[in-house]
Amino acid sequence: MTAITATPPSAPALSPRVSPIDGVRQSLTLAWRTIVQVRHNPWELGDFSFQPIMFVLLFTFVFGGAIAGDWQGYLQFMLPGMITMNMLFVTMYVAQGLNTDLTKGVFDRLRSLPIARWAPLAGRIAADQVKQAWSIVLVLGIGLIMGFRIGTNVGGLLVAIVLLLVFALCFSWVSVLVGVLARDPERVQIFGFTALFPVTFVSNVFVPTETMPGWLQAFVKVNPVSILSDACRALMLGDKTVGTPWHVGSAGPPVVQSLIWAAAIVLVFAPLSVWALKRKI
Amino acid sequence: MDHAIWAEGLVKHFGETKALDGVDLAVRPGTVLGLLGPNGAGKTTAVRVLATLLRPDAGRASVNGYDVVNDAHQVRQLIGLTGQYASVDETLTGTENLLLIGRLLGIPKPQAKQRARELLAQFELTDAASRATKTYSGGMRRRLDLASSLVGRPTLLYLDEPTTGLDPRARAELWELIRRLVAGGTTVLLTTQYLDEADELADEIMVIDHGRVIASGTPDELKAKTGSQTLAVRPAEREHLPIVTSVVGELACATPDVKGRLVTAQVTDPKVLPAVVRKLDDAGVVVTELALRTSSLNEVFLTLTGHPAEETDENGTDGSDQTERSAA
Ligand SMILES: Nc1ncnc2c1ncn2[C@@H]1O[C@H](COP(=O)(O)OP(=O)(O)OP(=O)(O)O)[C@@H](O)[C@H]1O
Ligand SMILES: [Mg+2]
Repeated sequence: MTAITATPPSAPALSPRVSPIDGVRQSLTLAWRTIVQVRHNPWELGDFSFQPIMFVLLFTFVFGGAIAGDWQGYLQFMLPGMITMNMLFVTMYVAQGLNTDLTKGVFDRLRSLPIARWAPLAGRIAADQVKQAWSIVLVLGIGLIMGFRIGTNVGGLLVAIVLLLVFALCFSWVSVLVGVLARDPERVQIFGFTALFPVTFVSNVFVPTETMPGWLQAFVKVNPVSILSDACRALMLGDKTVGTPWHVGSAGPPVVQSLIWAAAIVLVFAPLSVWALKRKI
Repeated sequence: MDHAIWAEGLVKHFGETKALDGVDLAVRPGTVLGLLGPNGAGKTTAVRVLATLLRPDAGRASVNGYDVVNDAHQVRQLIGLTGQYASVDETLTGTENLLLIGRLLGIPKPQAKQRARELLAQFELTDAASRATKTYSGGMRRRLDLASSLVGRPTLLYLDEPTTGLDPRARAELWELIRRLVAGGTTVLLTTQYLDEADELADEIMVIDHGRVIASGTPDELKAKTGSQTLAVRPAEREHLPIVTSVVGELACATPDVKGRLVTAQVTDPKVLPAVVRKLDDAGVVVTELALRTSSLNEVFLTLTGHPAEETDENGTDGSDQTERSAA
């Protein structure tokens, strides 16, 4: 095995492909990179924890009373939606990280290494799930401190968190596409704000659908942000009117619809993103 | 397969641009090929194709017998790449960047750490090892980038303009390092716009322009291709400049070039040198420099591509290091 003939300087047996296990290991190594980045620069964590904290406080104390009559009730209604909305914003970190890798040439370096072709992308997305979990816990924690109460049980809460993470994972593909198409990381942020803000605000995150004009309701009802918010509300609060002036329906339909939306997003955006990425590199 | 890198008829188009338009190349193991060309010549494109980052539109290339398209994974196990622009993760420290590559290559953590330490020391980055690389200077980034491509001890090294942005000392050190790697058996493909760099390091030079190879050979062969030699005379006194200019002009049968006090002219017959010495002696002119040297690669480059290289004359044309025959 170590007997080496003269011609090529050294010729250890070269493997023809990467095993899936190695691919997973490489993806995790690349995901580790993001964790280290956060450790070095805790302010980056601040970037995406500050906004949700501010929003929760703002909407509860400033608008809550006016919208729902009392802020305690409004907090119950709004917090699950806020967690959903924040989850979508956090997925944009995939776009930002990927775009930085592409524009700084790190992606080329990674592609020149004998690692699985999909590892750099998988590593990005996996790392984002860690940030995702952290931001869900953060917003939920703030809510609990302010008086948000789980109306169901721990099981319901865990299902909600898993549902959010699954949706985030699927929505990451949209983020991948943004990361590939954007010319530089700054533009990724611009996109995050200009596209995600209307989509998340024109939903039932902050107010019930019934309070809006009919033509808008049509959009709000099919908006996955509304559906996922409904699912989270139902899973966290239960099928009853709890502390809010509005009724929360049963969890089944919105959970199923959320999963259908998630699958549809993957089906459309995964091939599109991979195609765009291959074209770019 | 007795070539470390071998390519035939490589073509790569970007829309209308023919970045590569039928490039053949062959590099013997343990040697350095210098790919020389002006901006947009296709150097980076060639490197990217050979590094499996880009699929050629036509033609074939192999590394140690492995096809860059079909056996890309094997090729990647053999090569180390330093791209034209430093590709380090700016949010990680120097150590972490190297550790990341090591871990991705499957090196166990303690060994990967050890290797990172070694490389950081070798590239004089030990002091900055635990700083985020976004605080690094351009040259430090460049060196870290080079170190990254050496983590896996590749048998083939692609260096795309490796010394661009390095100060003269770092540049000389890098040359030394490349020589040491080559002595240890590494094959190097180097692109550069610095002719002296190709002259220093390359066993073989390929000049490319508009995606085509326009000349290739050893540095000496290329210099010989342009045929002529350069006669250079520098009088001690400024007032002797007109005499020197006329003597040189007369004997070289060409209008001499005057730069400061240095008079140069292209000559084909080496016998002009003693003639110039005699004439100037008769005229009582004292010279501080008198040399006949083979054309520098700068001049070769100009002859071949029809436009000058991007180099500012720092140690090219004036240097006496390229003097082959000189008289005093
Ligand atoms: N991804 C790309 N898309 C479009 N055109 C490209 C692309 N990459 C290279 N080109 C074009 O191909 C030609 C060769 O480019 P290349 O980068 O290989 O040149 P180079 O010799 O490395 O130049 P330089 O010395 O400036 O680095 C150029 O005209 C360039 O504009
Ligand atoms: Mg280039």
